[in-house]
Amino acid sequence: MRHLLQWLLACCVAGSGAVFAAPDDAEANAVWRQLRTGLFGERAIAAADADTLVLEAPARAEDAAIVPIAVRSRLDPTAARRVQTVWLIVDGNPSPVAATLHFGPASGRADVETRLRIEQYGFVRAIAELDDGSLHMATRFVKASGGCSAPAGKDPAAAAANLGRMRLKVEDMGGALRRAQLMISHPNTSGLAMDQLTRLYPKPHFVRQVTVRYRGQPVLVAEVDFSISENPSFRFLFRGDGEGELEAVVVDTEDRTFQTRVPVAARADGG
Amino acid sequence: MPDGLIRRAVRAGRRLMACAAFAALGPAWGGVALPFDVVEAAPGLFVHTGRHEETSQANRGDIANVGFIVGERCVAVIDTGGSLAIGQALAAAVRRATDRPVCYVINTHMHPDHVFGNAAFAGGAARFVGAASLPEALAARAAHYEAGLAEALGDAAAGSRIVAPDLLVDDRLRLDLGGRALVLQRWPTAHTNNDLTVFDEASGTLWLGDLLFDERIPSVDGSIKGWIAVGARLREQAVSRVIPGHGRIAPPWPAALDAQSRYLQQVAASVRAALAAGKTLRETVDAANPADADGWLLADAYHRRNVTAAYAELEWE
Repeated sequence: MRHLLQWLLACCVAGSGAVFAAPDDAEANAVWRQLRTGLFGERAIAAADADTLVLEAPARAEDAAIVPIAVRSRLDPTAARRVQTVWLIVDGNPSPVAATLHFGPASGRADVETRLRIEQYGFVRAIAELDDGSLHMATRFVKASGGCSAPAGKDPAAAAANLGRMRLKVEDMGGALRRAQLMISHPNTSGLAMDQLTRLYPKPHFVRQVTVRYRGQPVLVAEVDFSISENPSFRFLFRGDGEGELEAVVVDTEDRTFQTRVPVAARADGG
Repeated sequence: MPDGLIRRAVRAGRRLMACAAFAALGPAWGGVALPFDVVEAAPGLFVHTGRHEETSQANRGDIANVGFIVGERCVAVIDTGGSLAIGQALAAAVRRATDRPVCYVINTHMHPDHVFGNAAFAGGAARFVGAASLPEALAARAAHYEAGLAEALGDAAAGSRIVAPDLLVDDRLRLDLGGRALVLQRWPTAHTNNDLTVFDEASGTLWLGDLLFDERIPSVDGSIKGWIAVGARLREQAVSRVIPGHGRIAPPWPAALDAQSRYLQQVAASVRAALAAGKTLRETVDAANPADADGWLLADAYHRRNVTAAYAELEWE
């Protein structure tokens, strides 16, 4: 249903030839106004302060297929409020909701780096929902670089051959929080481009859900879309007290499931 | 170096100087009128040199090397420029050079500055020729390329469109122009996943398309490892001259290729060092400096992008 909504929105925008708003007018963007109503109704959305949510994105996308992006909150479980969910939205993409990130108790802090495909000049926005129900938005305007950069996979045959390879790495940061990176080899294709010879649209085939647990406790549950770059990568924090096992489960649109796990040793300081 | 190769290098150098003089005498590009010079780099082999610029209203996408080869029966066009206007200018140059018809339009790869002039040759008898992977690559990018061209050229983009190939090269294909054979070779993923070279047996000329960038910074849109590997194979080809996708006609060979390979290897080495040090994509790209691409034109626009593409590829090693 969520995808259907996105497709309808994408069609509306394309059909009306909507002009994207100037950098200083994130609120006026036509795509966003429709999405806002669909996702949040009439709820108030505050401008995020630096403690609540920061969105990092380059002002210029060097390679439109692989734009590094991060959402970070300084609110942790000891704070009075914490981030439960972050929506990551790319106004100019055919399917604007790139990711919905749910942070579990083992996440420690909402802090995720990933990479996006960015179809055209426009706003990227992150909206955080806190446990008190309040909404907070951070926006960045991203320009596409010049030249022939297109948000398409560079080598579909190689991508198909490697589909399903995964890597999960853990870094010890010397405290209660540890950082992990999950890499998934997957073409993450949209199916939006018609094959000019067969006149057929290829089937979309992308990662739709990523679930990470530590010692069985949810760290991150992400519903994602083909706005995430080929070979999706997620770098995130988790509370790595003691020793245990970090596990990732990935499901794609063909209901293929990929899993990986990595043992996590107790920290040098005994934590 | 064998004597034959030295003589060829000297001849290439002389020709190069001749070309440079010719270009300097060419009229300034007005953006409306279309002075469109072609140089006969070898008998019956004509090349137009693109500008080292991004596509703009002033240059109408005239930023890539394009040209044609004339046989006894017909003509093969190799790449068509970045807009319908450039394709039409090329078609006019063909008519000035010969009354023989165009039988093949060969695209060396998918990029807009090489294919958007195709429409100037559509609707006639010409077959459109490309790598077997080219139709899918174009289909995945057509909307994006057309939107980008409309943004860059405005009204001048009208009529420019993607024309997909109808004669595909799986590995190797021989085309007969009447007494003159072209050998088309498809390569593993390098600059793109649909790179095709054209070897003119009569003149010993290897048309490399964007497998060779000269002067203008190479852009990685396929595989940096693949491109370095393909470069090593290209270096072994016995040729009397090469035509790069960008840069001088018949640049010193293999010195021009070696310069490109050095740049690609330098990017790969710096990205591997960053990965080994645990640097993220963002940190690696931020630390990359276009000044590191010393001597390459348009490094500001492409060096960091190359680092980005290299990182995404090499992090899986």
